[in-house]
Amino acid sequence: MSTTTVPTTVTAVATAPAAAIEPPAGPPGPVATALTVAGRSVRRFVRTPQLLVVSTTTGAMFLLLFRYVFGGAVETGGIAYVDFLVPGYLVTSVLFTGSEAATGVAEDMEQGVTDRFRSLPVSRAAVVVGRVLAEWLLLTLGLVVTAAIGVAVGFRPDGTALEVAAAFGLCSLFGFAALWLFALIGLTAGNVQAAQGMSLMVFPLSFVSSAYVPVDSMPGWLQAVAEHQPVTVVTDAVRSLALGDPAAAGLDGSTAGSVGLALAWTAGLVAVFAPLAVQRYRRP
Amino acid sequence: MSHDTSAPTIEAVGLRKRFGEVEALAGLDLVAEPGRVLAVLGPNGAGKTTFVRTLATLVRPDAGELRVAGVDALRHPERVRRAIGLAGQYAAVEQAMTGRENLRMVARLFGHDRRRARAVADAVIERLGLAEAGDRLVRTYSGGMRRRLDLGASLVGAPRLLLLDEPTTGLDPRSRNELWDAIRALVATGTDVLLTTQYLDEADQLAHRIVIVDHGRVIADGTPGELKSLAGRDVVEVRARRADDLPALAAALAPLGAGEPRTDTATSRVAVPVETGRAAVAAAVRVLDDIDVEVDDIGLRRPTLDEVFLTLTGRPAEAADEPAETDTRGEQDELVASR
Ligand SMILES: Nc1ncnc2c1ncn2[C@@H]1O[C@H](COP(=O)(O)OP(=O)(O)O)[C@@H](O)[C@H]1O
Ligand SMILES: [Mg+2]
Repeated sequence: MSTTTVPTTVTAVATAPAAAIEPPAGPPGPVATALTVAGRSVRRFVRTPQLLVVSTTTGAMFLLLFRYVFGGAVETGGIAYVDFLVPGYLVTSVLFTGSEAATGVAEDMEQGVTDRFRSLPVSRAAVVVGRVLAEWLLLTLGLVVTAAIGVAVGFRPDGTALEVAAAFGLCSLFGFAALWLFALIGLTAGNVQAAQGMSLMVFPLSFVSSAYVPVDSMPGWLQAVAEHQPVTVVTDAVRSLALGDPAAAGLDGSTAGSVGLALAWTAGLVAVFAPLAVQRYRRP
Repeated sequence: MSHDTSAPTIEAVGLRKRFGEVEALAGLDLVAEPGRVLAVLGPNGAGKTTFVRTLATLVRPDAGELRVAGVDALRHPERVRRAIGLAGQYAAVEQAMTGRENLRMVARLFGHDRRRARAVADAVIERLGLAEAGDRLVRTYSGGMRRRLDLGASLVGAPRLLLLDEPTTGLDPRSRNELWDAIRALVATGTDVLLTTQYLDEADQLAHRIVIVDHGRVIADGTPGELKSLAGRDVVEVRARRADDLPALAAALAPLGAGEPRTDTATSRVAVPVETGRAAVAAAVRVLDDIDVEVDDIGLRRPTLDEVFLTLTGRPAEAADEPAETDTRGEQDELVASR
């Protein structure tokens, strides 16, 4: 910075103590940017204990409600309802966690945080990627907690350790894909209320699927919808892996086939929504 | 850095931006010279925020030219971002981090390495008088402290131009004064500042030059003194006890004024612009002795934005004189956080 910008009155201002700050050598790289942004999201989560408590207890509460209220009424073809439910519950939980990310992104827009980040000499794509990666980490930790609660209420996966790990990984990957959709929702909504409103679509997506009840218990027209939407596809794959038996999960085909389809859906969602979200952040 | 420091800090020519029906910027022209504090003054909805966001490369104008620190902002927005620091209309700080952590984060995003970011954050927090509170979560800060921290965040990259959008709106008088001091100290270190405000006295306190905008256009431009003299140097204001007396009061005060008296029936006040300050108050008191009007209050004050505005446009600057929504949460926090 040049001294020509100093007003001529500067000598009179004896109270100005501060030496000028050296400007940085250049803008930060994308990795440093993403890590810095991610650090903020993680801190924000860890330091807001209410958030931790609320999200864990709501997660646990709904799992208990489903398990003990619906458990007796739902016919799940020979397997215990808890074994049917927990894989589906894990898959849909990433949607509910993800919708909170949409709210967070919208809140940033409302409160000027997004304006600040966009005014900085950083890669805007790196800002979005950093945010989504942090949310993904938090979402995966949430999955661990939910799975543990599942085991506590009687869930006993019969798959091999590898299959169970793959089931968990698939839940987490599906969460990653969903986060891109929710980032886009938050950026499009621009304020918390609209983001919450748009996130309500999580309910039909979760309930009109094989996550909580078998699809063949639904009316015919609804079955057609439920069978072909990603939550069902991913749930079937996770359930088949976790139970170690596609037939127990109500599948006609093989576990591998169903996992392949789930991965294809996940990749497809990322391929569509990640560029849209980044684009949206770049050019408001 | 590569910026041309002799070029004007801002050169805006015919900027236009439309949001649906509203023309937020309607051909705005403005040139800001280096080394000065420029205040953009205008009522709510005048287009101040849109202008600041355009300067910060957050809004792309529909038409016009814009150079910031000599860089074409429409062609090379990424280069403009290296030259500016933005503190928007709301304090954009992370509540769940400490003051220092907030500044370090933004310093990293400006491009400082970890060690430099730490040093810069410490220096800025010291300069803003937040050193003691620096390791507390921002959640515990008052509204005024948050605004100061937000100002600090726009500083850590040592930008050539600071953009401050209504930096004191919603603050109580004490916090407002503290923020003014912080801004003055900055200016003394040679940073160029563009700030927007709805208050003439704020512009008066901080700026070398004031540009008044209305409906997305510059309608007046000058030093604080020049603009105020448009509405008379001072204003004598008298409050009648009974509203019925207002016409008589206005008639009696008219000969003292340098302009037409203005009657505000809602508050039972008559205001008249005057040239001679205290002498005019004495004259007013004598005039009031002679007429049979009961008076509650008589006083001398500077013209308000509303009055300058009325003189310039022939219509009041709606809501410009009312304090904007008060940040009540901030004030409560002030009590909690006061040392
Ligand atoms: N993103 C937007 N969408 C629609 N209208 C907008 C938007 N931003 C500003 N406006 C409108 O443009 C006008 C100028 O707004 P603004 O620049 O915020 O004024 P100020 O900051 O002076 O109060 C207002 O009428 C406002 O409603
Ligand atoms: Mg504004």
